[in-house]
Formats: sequence, structure tokens, C-alpha cells
Amino acid sequence: MPVSLTASSTIYAALKASGVRVVSALPETWLVHLIRMAEDDPEMTLVRLAKEEEGVGISAGAHLAGVRSAMLMQNHGFLASVNGIVSCAQLYRIPLLMLISARGEFGERDPWQTEGGLVTRHVLDALRIPVDELGHASEVAHKVAQAQTLAYSASRPVALLLTRDLMWEEA
Amino acid sequence: MKRIDALRAIHDDLADCAVVTIMGAVAAELQSLGHRPNHFYLQHAMGLASSLGLGIALSRPDLDVVVIDGDGSLLMNLGGLTTLARYQPSNLVHIVFDNESLLSVGGFPTATSTGSDLAGIAAAAGVPRTGTVRSVEDFAGAFRAARAARMLSTIVAKVDAVGPSAFVTDLGLLENRYQFARHLRRPSA
Ligand SMILES: Cc1ncc(C[n+]2csc(CCOP(=O)(O)OP(=O)(O)O)c2C)c(N)n1
Repeated sequence: MPVSLTASSTIYAALKASGVRVVSALPETWLVHLIRMAEDDPEMTLVRLAKEEEGVGISAGAHLAGVRSAMLMQNHGFLASVNGIVSCAQLYRIPLLMLISARGEFGERDPWQTEGGLVTRHVLDALRIPVDELGHASEVAHKVAQAQTLAYSASRPVALLLTRDLMWEEA
Repeated sequence: MKRIDALRAIHDDLADCAVVTIMGAVAAELQSLGHRPNHFYLQHAMGLASSLGLGIALSRPDLDVVVIDGDGSLLMNLGGLTTLARYQPSNLVHIVFDNESLLSVGGFPTATSTGSDLAGIAAAAGVPRTGTVRSVEDFAGAFRAARAARMLSTIVAKVDAVGPSAFVTDLGLLENRYQFARHLRRPSA
């Protein structure tokens, strides 16, 4: 599978370094390595969700209990989480680090992903969620740390988009 | 049974738990019986109280977590029941006050009024201890038994569709949130 193992390891290491100890996730192709890494790591609590919005509640509970967390999902999972983000994470000022695979951008071959690609950034902007892209492995550690810092200082959700250039190695 | 009487019967027991409630009527009722810093009232985000409780329970196995849910709220996050059941935190008791209605917003009937059985759904989702109770005595007994069992339990308490006339209290949402977080993080918590 041409999902980049190297990029996934770099992202996972950055999450650990930023103090994340709870990861909630709903799988999609680009996230398989990251989810396996969380699963195999005895220091990490992986919460497998039925629907991504639950992850907002998991992260809010973890935060109130003093534990750092992150959500792993694709952009359609983000779209499925919007009410939880607004009426839990934003209303209650929860630092929430969301790693969102940016499907449906240039290079996307799956027709069903393309509408999500068109709207994801607009929805993030409408929600006033600070967002940056992880485009290259060399910037991952720095940007994950920066995102986590802002999530905590602002007490708000922040998003990092996992791009095709980073996650996908053309066979 | 009236929900406020059920809450009164366990109010003392809740003193050493991390309590997460849904919004509206039940939050106002619990506050009217006596707010404590270990109560968090999730005043929106329908459905997520159980997920938030799970997040606390998994993050802090040393805490006893009690989630006070409603039928309408739980129906909005039935998938979350399967997640609860999957991780089966032994430190979580999930109470569902089933008044068969969306009491906080006009009292329109939910699907439990036409037979949907939340305890049955929880059992089928894999929650190891489930039950439906109809009296205050049975409710308090079931709650204490659930805590003592140290096994994930969903208790569905059938209650009258009655509640307070107003739901807004003088406890600010963020005040509650920061007080609760500070309480959970204190060294002895
Ligand atoms: C997504 C969403 N839809 C609708 C509402 C409006 N709403 C607030 S409370 C409530 C009813 C909650 O019902 P239940 O969980 O059974 O508790 P009860 O009010 O009966 O105590 C509704 C529909 C909301 N808060 N969020």
C-alpha cells in the first residue's frame, strides 16, 4: 500500500513529543499506519470510534481529566463532527488537535472524495479553526508542536491537514 | 418515578465521583439538589455526554465516572454505546433517565415512547451490565450495585416527563468547565 510509512512514523513521533497520550480515530486509507502505531504503543490509549463526532467528546473528557489527546480522521469525518466541535469543543474552550487527511485535493482519483475536498477549508474557516498543512516530512515535528501550542494557549480546536504529497507515495 | 427524586436518592453517592450530565432539565435538577465541583453539565452537544465520560474514564482509571444521559441524547449517539461497550471501562456507570420525551424542548415524544428499548440496545451493543428500573428504590439499588460491580453498566431509569420550569442557572458554562477540570486535576482527586 503506497501510504507513506516514513511520513506516518514522523507524524506519530511528533504527536508523542507534543504530549499526546489519547488518540481517537476512525480509519481511512491514509491513516492506517498511524492507527497501527497507536495500537502497538503501550503508552498510547487508542479509542476506535463508530463515528468521528464521538472523538470530540473523548478529547474533551481527556482534556478535563488532564490528558492530551488528538483526533485522526479524514475530512469527511471532520464534516461529520461539526456539531460536536461547535457545541462542545468551542463552547467549552477545549484544546483539540485534529489531524485531518485532506482527501479530494489535486491528484485525487476517487470520485467520491472530491466534494469534500472542495469544502473542507471553507468549513474550517467558517468555524474560525486555525489550520495549516503538513506538506513535507521535514516540517511535521515543528508544525505539530506549534499546533498543539496554539490549541492550548487559545483553548480551542486547531487543524492540521495531512496532504497527499506527504501521505501518499506513488507506486 | 420522578427524576429529581431518583437524583436525590443518589446525590450523596455522587460526592466522590466525576459526574457528567446532559443539558437542560436534568442539569438544572441536579444543581437544585446541590452543585459540587465534581459535576460537569454538558449544556449542549447532544449525545456527547457519554463520549466525554468515556474520555475521562479512560484517561483517569482512578476516578469513578457517572454519566447522566437522556433518552433523546442517547438516541443521537447510539454508536457511542458500541464504543463504550468496546472499551468497557470498569470505572463508569451510565445512567439514562428515559422520560420518553425531549422534555427540555417542548416534551415531544422520542422513539422510546413507541417501544425502542434502550437497555436492550445497550445490551446488544455489548454493555455487560444493563437493566431498566421503575422505582426510586430500585434505581438507587441498581446504581450502588453497578458501582460495586466495577463493570460498565447502563441503567435505564423510566421517569415521568416532568422537570423544572426553567433550565438556566447562575452557574456559567465556562465557570463550571474550569472548576470541574481543576477539581479532577487536584493531587488527591
Ligand atoms: C443537535 C441538537 N439538536 C437539537 C437540540 C435541542 N435540544 C436540546 S435538549 C433536547 C432534548 C434532550 O432530550 P433528552 O436527552 O431526552 O433529555 P430531556 O430533555 O428529556 O431531559 C433537544 C432536542 C440540541 N441541543 N442539539
